[in-house]
Amino acid sequence: MLELSVIGLGLVLLLADLFVPAERRRFIGYAAIAALGVLLVTSLSGNGSCGQFGTAFGGMFVNDPLSLFFKQLFIVAAILVLFMAAEFSDKLAEGSVAEYYSLILFALAGMLFAASSNDFTMLFVSIELITITFYVLVSFQRSKLQSLEAGVKYLILGALSSSFMVFGIALIWGTTGELNFTKLAAVAPQFADSQIFLLGVLLVLVGLGFKIAAFPFQIWAPDVYQGAPTPTTAFLAIGSKAAGFVLLLRVLFTAVPSVTAQWDNLLIVISGITILYGNLCAIPQRNLKRLLGYSSIAHAGYLLLGVAALSASGQSALMYYLAGYVFTVMAGFFVITLVMRHLATEDISGLAGLNQRSPLLAATLTIAMVSLAGIPPLAGFFGKFLLLKSVIEAAQTTHNHGYYCLAFTALVGVIISLYYYFGVIRAIYWSKDPADLSPIELSSPAKLSIWACLAGIFWIGLFPNTLLNVTNLAAAALGK
Amino acid sequence: MSILTYIAGWPIVAALLLLFVPRNYRVIIRAIAVLGTLISAVLAVKMFCQYAGAPVDADGYRFVQQVPWVESLGISYHVGVDGLNVGLILMGAIVAFAAALCSWEIQTREKEFYILLLVMAGGILGAFASLDLFFFYFLHELALVPTFIMIGVWGRGEKKNYATFQITLYLSIGALIALIGLIALYLQSGANTFDIPKIIEHAKTNPLAVNVQNFIFPLLLFGFGILVSLWPFHSWAPLGYGVAPSPTAMLHAGVLKKFGLYGLIRIALPLLPQAAQSWAHIIAWLCLGNILYVGWVAMRQRDLNLLIGNSSVAHMGFIFLGIASLNLIGVTGAVLIMVAHGFLAALTFALSGYIYQQTGTLQISELGGLCRKLPFIGTALLMAAMAGCGLPGFANFVGEATVFFGAWKMFPSITVIALWGALVIGGIYMTRAIRNILHGPLPEKWNSLTDASNAWRKLPYALLLVSLLVFGFLPKLLTDKINPDAAKIVSSYKLQVASLPSSDAKLKVDSIGNRQLAIENK
Repeated sequence: MLELSVIGLGLVLLLADLFVPAERRRFIGYAAIAALGVLLVTSLSGNGSCGQFGTAFGGMFVNDPLSLFFKQLFIVAAILVLFMAAEFSDKLAEGSVAEYYSLILFALAGMLFAASSNDFTMLFVSIELITITFYVLVSFQRSKLQSLEAGVKYLILGALSSSFMVFGIALIWGTTGELNFTKLAAVAPQFADSQIFLLGVLLVLVGLGFKIAAFPFQIWAPDVYQGAPTPTTAFLAIGSKAAGFVLLLRVLFTAVPSVTAQWDNLLIVISGITILYGNLCAIPQRNLKRLLGYSSIAHAGYLLLGVAALSASGQSALMYYLAGYVFTVMAGFFVITLVMRHLATEDISGLAGLNQRSPLLAATLTIAMVSLAGIPPLAGFFGKFLLLKSVIEAAQTTHNHGYYCLAFTALVGVIISLYYYFGVIRAIYWSKDPADLSPIELSSPAKLSIWACLAGIFWIGLFPNTLLNVTNLAAAALGK
Repeated sequence: MSILTYIAGWPIVAALLLLFVPRNYRVIIRAIAVLGTLISAVLAVKMFCQYAGAPVDADGYRFVQQVPWVESLGISYHVGVDGLNVGLILMGAIVAFAAALCSWEIQTREKEFYILLLVMAGGILGAFASLDLFFFYFLHELALVPTFIMIGVWGRGEKKNYATFQITLYLSIGALIALIGLIALYLQSGANTFDIPKIIEHAKTNPLAVNVQNFIFPLLLFGFGILVSLWPFHSWAPLGYGVAPSPTAMLHAGVLKKFGLYGLIRIALPLLPQAAQSWAHIIAWLCLGNILYVGWVAMRQRDLNLLIGNSSVAHMGFIFLGIASLNLIGVTGAVLIMVAHGFLAALTFALSGYIYQQTGTLQISELGGLCRKLPFIGTALLMAAMAGCGLPGFANFVGEATVFFGAWKMFPSITVIALWGALVIGGIYMTRAIRNILHGPLPEKWNSLTDASNAWRKLPYALLLVSLLVFGFLPKLLTDKINPDAAKIVSSYKLQVASLPSSDAKLKVDSIGNRQLAIENK
């Protein structure tokens, strides 16, 4: 099983730390990447346990096309984050690199469990596994005040949201007596009028809303994104968000579909406000990581379009968008890691002259920004297109005019976002008198992973067919 | 592979090639860009000449190629031409070649400029050739975004940032509103495909409900309308063109802007007939805004580029009037003006770019007597201005006359006012600008100006002028191609018109058609 292999790998890394001399610790990371690569190939080929769909542990653990899709997504993200961490390792505390790698793997294990969880206990355990490892990952640069501050913020708000979630789960269990998603779906319609049950579901959504940084639980995101070490930020932006979304999908559409169907307006409002909040707040930002923090809030809003559409095509669009988002955001953070690891702040002005310092990095960041803005022919465009299509489809099938408003809100968001994404591109190519023009040396693993990200962005944007079939299959699994 | 794929593909291939050319090889960069657009233009001419003899597929398109792209959504790469877009593709390819030739005025970051220019050209040619809703939008968007970057980076004047901001906002909003309309259309058609011929075929047996049409049509009208600078959404255009580098203005005003009009004719008219009918009056009134109001604004301009920009907005009014007339003659005329105005707008922006390059200003009051120093450019500008006033002999005259004949049936009073606007207002500002720029005393400081020196420099202007004259004297080349396909589009309207009391409408249309042919054969 993928999860056990990943946990085992994390433990082996911790052990290896004791035997490998300090100057060669970077290679521990490459070994972990190779091992994850093997796991990815196994899961893609459909051999072994990955190909067997079904449930385990009394229905707590489910393996279906949906979980498989998300697991592959998480492993790809983790591989790219490990590459990034290897580049970043000289900024981490002395002698703790292997710890950092293994923490990433433990968080990955939590995400893998999340993808397969079919029970509120499993949901909570996997979320806690992710969140607690992230507390450490966020505050890993112990000598840096900002990193510690971000860690404390994340800890306080994370603990708060976890407690909301536990409370919600308790209420659900108290009223219905069920924790298993599938069984709950069967009894939930009976409790449709029970205020306590509905409150419980709402509180669970609050906890998940915190993970995906949706309005009004988004306050932590910019601070934590800015303060955390860049590889952590990248993993937080993708892994943690995607884990939140897979759980959200499971809860809304497997556990309580009858409640979800009533809450379309709530989801529409949350999605719309999240989009506007993220985009509007990103406009004045000068710190690149903070800007991406706000933009990640906006993207949570776009992803919520797919949830709010309450349809298989919406869920499929969400997954498609996430897949494109992984490569895009990874490419962006990779450049930030490489360019800004030696600067005190990650101010946008630090990008000045990047065009001359390293044309590859300049082009990569440009492509990432353009893709985030949703401009063809890159991944972001086709994803947004699918999301919009699903929302308009929902408007036409349900005759709820809120969906049209939502579609227009999304458009407004896209237009606002053009402004700040192009601001970044302008800083790369057209800022006046850059301070530093020394060329940036790229190690070959860094080059490899950057090319992989670029290939992913173009592949998802230009050849949607294969991936779309996979996400359609995964969305179909959710409806069962 | 269809010849259309090559026409749109060569500029893109050239852009990709440029990525690998070091930036200090300026001559090679320019040669690749010019060659890429030249091949595409030559192929477009070849395609235009072979059009009549080419095999026609079941839906009436020629040079068709279809490759499935996303099967589950019914998206395919599907290109083909019929009478509506064959002229546009020819015009687009020639204008792209002329724009690449005119780009010698760009002195900084040439590599990026040529890449963006080529992407823009390839994208818009592909959008015109595309018979798939998704690619239609996708390729236009691909062409649109470079425009913003080019204006923002290579634009001129103090208002550069403001103009960039405005044009980006306006055009993005327009494109996205149209996107919502297109998605809604795809979902409502029930054909489960993005293939335009298939959707139209499907709609013949299952027409869209009237309330659905009335919802989608305004989205397309205003979305595309913003892209085409329909009054009152036009204010981005004069300023944007005023600051844009001239190759960008040539390609955008000439080619890219026609996309919205083409979209209305290709998609909205055949699929949303009832809504189009009920909106036709509103379009006709709005287009008066373009013709009269913007024409009036153009009269007061002190800057040559702003004047040209406003006049190009005013010309869009004629095309909208032709579309709103919803009959064979009007729609044919609209397509004719689209082609003619493409050449004209490109020509005027190229010429004003040359003058700006030489003098560093476009303030009309500072210029004067330029014809003495710049005989070639001056003469070309004079001819362009005359074409803009609608002088017979140029392609614009044929188109405008046809539109007025078509519109007369539907809106006699609006046509009268529009005619007045076209002939009088256009005449006033064009001749006044010509007098102030080309004639009169030559200020001392302009004694050092030099005319377009060699054939290579003269080529883009000459090419565009010749195209205007060819289609002005032989509009048959275009009308014979446009007529059958425009007839297909308006056939649904004829049926509806026939059900009205005056059921001999079709007959009348034919008699006007004969008159129009008589004019052409004169």
